[in-house]
Amino acid sequence: MAQGFLQIAIFLAVLLAIVPLLGGYMAKVFSGERVFLTPVLGPLERLTYRLIRVDPEEQQDWKRYARSLLILSALFWLVLYVILRTQTIHPWNPQGFHSGTWDVTFNTTSSFLTNTNWQYYGGETTMTYFSQMAGLAVQNFVSAAVGIVVVIALIRGIAARSAGSVGNFWQDLTRCTLYILLPLSIVGAIVLVSQGVIQNFAHYATAHTLTGGSQSIPFGPVASQEVIKELGTNGGGFFNANSAYPFENPTAFSNFFEMLLILAIPASLTFTYGRMVGSKRQGWAILSAMSLLFVAGVVVIVLAEQHGTPAQHLAGVNTHHMAGSTGGNLEGKEQRFGITNSALWAAITTVTSCGAVNAAMESLTGIGGAVPFSNLGMSEVVFGGVGTGLYSMLIFVLLSVFIGGLMVGRTPEYLGKKIGARDIKLVSLAALFTPLTVLLTAGTAIAAPAGKQSISVAGPNGFSENLYAYLSQANNNGSAWAGYTGYIQPQPGNVGAHGVKLADIMGGLTMMFARYAPIVLVLAVAGALAGKKVHPAGPGTMRTDTPTFVVLLIGVILLVGALTFFPAILLGPVGQGLTTRLF
Amino acid sequence: MRRDLTSAVLAVIVLTVLLGLAYPLVVTGISQVAFHGNANGQKITTSGKLVGSKIIGQDFRVPVIGPNGKPKTDSDGNPVLVADKEYFQERPSTATNYNAAGSAFTNLGPNSKDARHTFEANLASYLRLERPFDRGLTAKDVPVDAVTSSASGVDPQISQANAAIQAHRIAAVRRLPLATVRKLIEQHTDGRFLGVLGEPGVNVLQLNLALDRTVR
Repeated sequence: MAQGFLQIAIFLAVLLAIVPLLGGYMAKVFSGERVFLTPVLGPLERLTYRLIRVDPEEQQDWKRYARSLLILSALFWLVLYVILRTQTIHPWNPQGFHSGTWDVTFNTTSSFLTNTNWQYYGGETTMTYFSQMAGLAVQNFVSAAVGIVVVIALIRGIAARSAGSVGNFWQDLTRCTLYILLPLSIVGAIVLVSQGVIQNFAHYATAHTLTGGSQSIPFGPVASQEVIKELGTNGGGFFNANSAYPFENPTAFSNFFEMLLILAIPASLTFTYGRMVGSKRQGWAILSAMSLLFVAGVVVIVLAEQHGTPAQHLAGVNTHHMAGSTGGNLEGKEQRFGITNSALWAAITTVTSCGAVNAAMESLTGIGGAVPFSNLGMSEVVFGGVGTGLYSMLIFVLLSVFIGGLMVGRTPEYLGKKIGARDIKLVSLAALFTPLTVLLTAGTAIAAPAGKQSISVAGPNGFSENLYAYLSQANNNGSAWAGYTGYIQPQPGNVGAHGVKLADIMGGLTMMFARYAPIVLVLAVAGALAGKKVHPAGPGTMRTDTPTFVVLLIGVILLVGALTFFPAILLGPVGQGLTTRLF
Repeated sequence: MRRDLTSAVLAVIVLTVLLGLAYPLVVTGISQVAFHGNANGQKITTSGKLVGSKIIGQDFRVPVIGPNGKPKTDSDGNPVLVADKEYFQERPSTATNYNAAGSAFTNLGPNSKDARHTFEANLASYLRLERPFDRGLTAKDVPVDAVTSSASGVDPQISQANAAIQAHRIAAVRRLPLATVRKLIEQHTDGRFLGVLGEPGVNVLQLNLALDRTVR
């Protein structure tokens, strides 16, 4: 156990060391300052502007910024849908895969556009190498960049000294891709290959096993996709077993590195924020609130998983630590990761919106499983997705400022900007949109007869499957209680496969609404704040960079999350954790 | 609006070519040169024949032959398999039977009756296999990895405790000194990274290949 917590402490220390470096770098990139890569990438950046015919200096107000973003997303949606539906004519299709049905493809397309990467398909049994590369991996980049530029626009709105503009979408998108995502991905992919992640275009090979059997071994360009899947908090696995599969995540170091990739940008953006609004303490305050909520979850899940499950104990399995074995609930976990690195990974990928998994979520213990549920229930504000996490968190910061203002009886203001009635309406809508979507869709799915088709097991874990599916899709996370299905696949290669329509279509719509409605609301807030004058702080100003405010912020997050989801989480994972009954 | 649409069309093309083609091809080029073996899946070949990947677990069970000379099948028509006593056994792979090209989780929940039955069956067959060679072995000595499925279904490793129990059987069946088997286990144990990160594990395929190379 001490060994486990030492690993977690090392991880947090390394992460904390990265935050000012990467955070400072990103602030420079988005402010247009010179960075060490400018000599190489500057010409490429200018070439891109010429190729896509934009004037990067043109300033956009929030409506134009949103319009550019939505048009690009709509177009990419169409292109991805077409790519996934025309697999039979693809190059790089050594296994001769067919396309998925329209409903499954609708879900998958929406999923990758929205940075969710919810998977109603198994990668190695359905996707051509061309689909993975030119379709899915491109969206891993673009959807990540879209999330990041929205928070940058919001930061500009907060920092602006009375201006109407929030930046230029095309410039932000280009810079984010060229200066941040692409260089980190190239270096990261090579690091992953050095650990044993594969990168090739070969046919699947047939191995003749030692006992005279045979085993088909899949290949593909995995590393280039794996790295951006983590870095962009996407999470869609090249293989069905995702980051548990040895070709995606072969060693303890690759696992450590991938966990860092997942948290690197969401954590560092808090520093970017502090630097861009001219007060690093503001960034550190937000990072503190995130870290406290995160670490609390990690401790709970590690201890719970180490304890083992009722099914194991009733079967007479010894789940205690012994010489040469970690013990604990190893069902659905890999030996090289053990309890600690599987539990830590589950916490990391659910506070962020990275739905990658290195252990089976549905096989977690009851109380351990309550941690991912709670992390999602907090609306992905603890680190969260790249960009999306910080903008959702800033919405909660504004909400806290408003509530704090009410408590002391003053007009709420944030960083010198007065928060008016219209602002707080937008903020409340943005904060409540996702939870509301979850409750409506999860409720509909469990009440409708067509929804039951997707549930694979009886008892509370079946309830968990259903709730988690919509929690995950509405928060654009993508991890799954994987027994929940939207895809019936009797044979490999998509032959005879068909979708479960309710799950596929409602899921797809959930992902899209819960992605783009908050984005528009956040950009509207950015626009509203950008136009406001800055007032100097007075003696009555509530400070937002103090421990008191951090506590208030945590309280507001827990209150909104807990009030919304506590009853539902009790019925699922907590219920299981409190009983030794089997279902 | 029109200008935005033009830019969006052009951006879709530029980004797809850059991120969907140029980037993965550049990464493939570098990887194939710098880490050729890794990039291609660490394939193991013996006398020209592919036997597997170093980091993908495989099945070390063999079909049971019925009285009619044909492999026995269960009620679903699948062959009945039993551990090959000559080899170290992998962790169970309940969902996929070590299928590397169609990985899936078992999704056995913490309070699942199916899970309990699966664990009971795994524990019983483990004890049945190992107890004749390790007389004092009881259920509470069996490490948890030996009776649970991994996430990928093709976990290449088992715990050191699991390997230590199986060593008795391997030594007896192959008529090797126990010390020799233990030494081979040690040689094929991957420790923690820098002594700190991850958990140690024994690579079963490599260990079994080493056994085959060891002269009695």
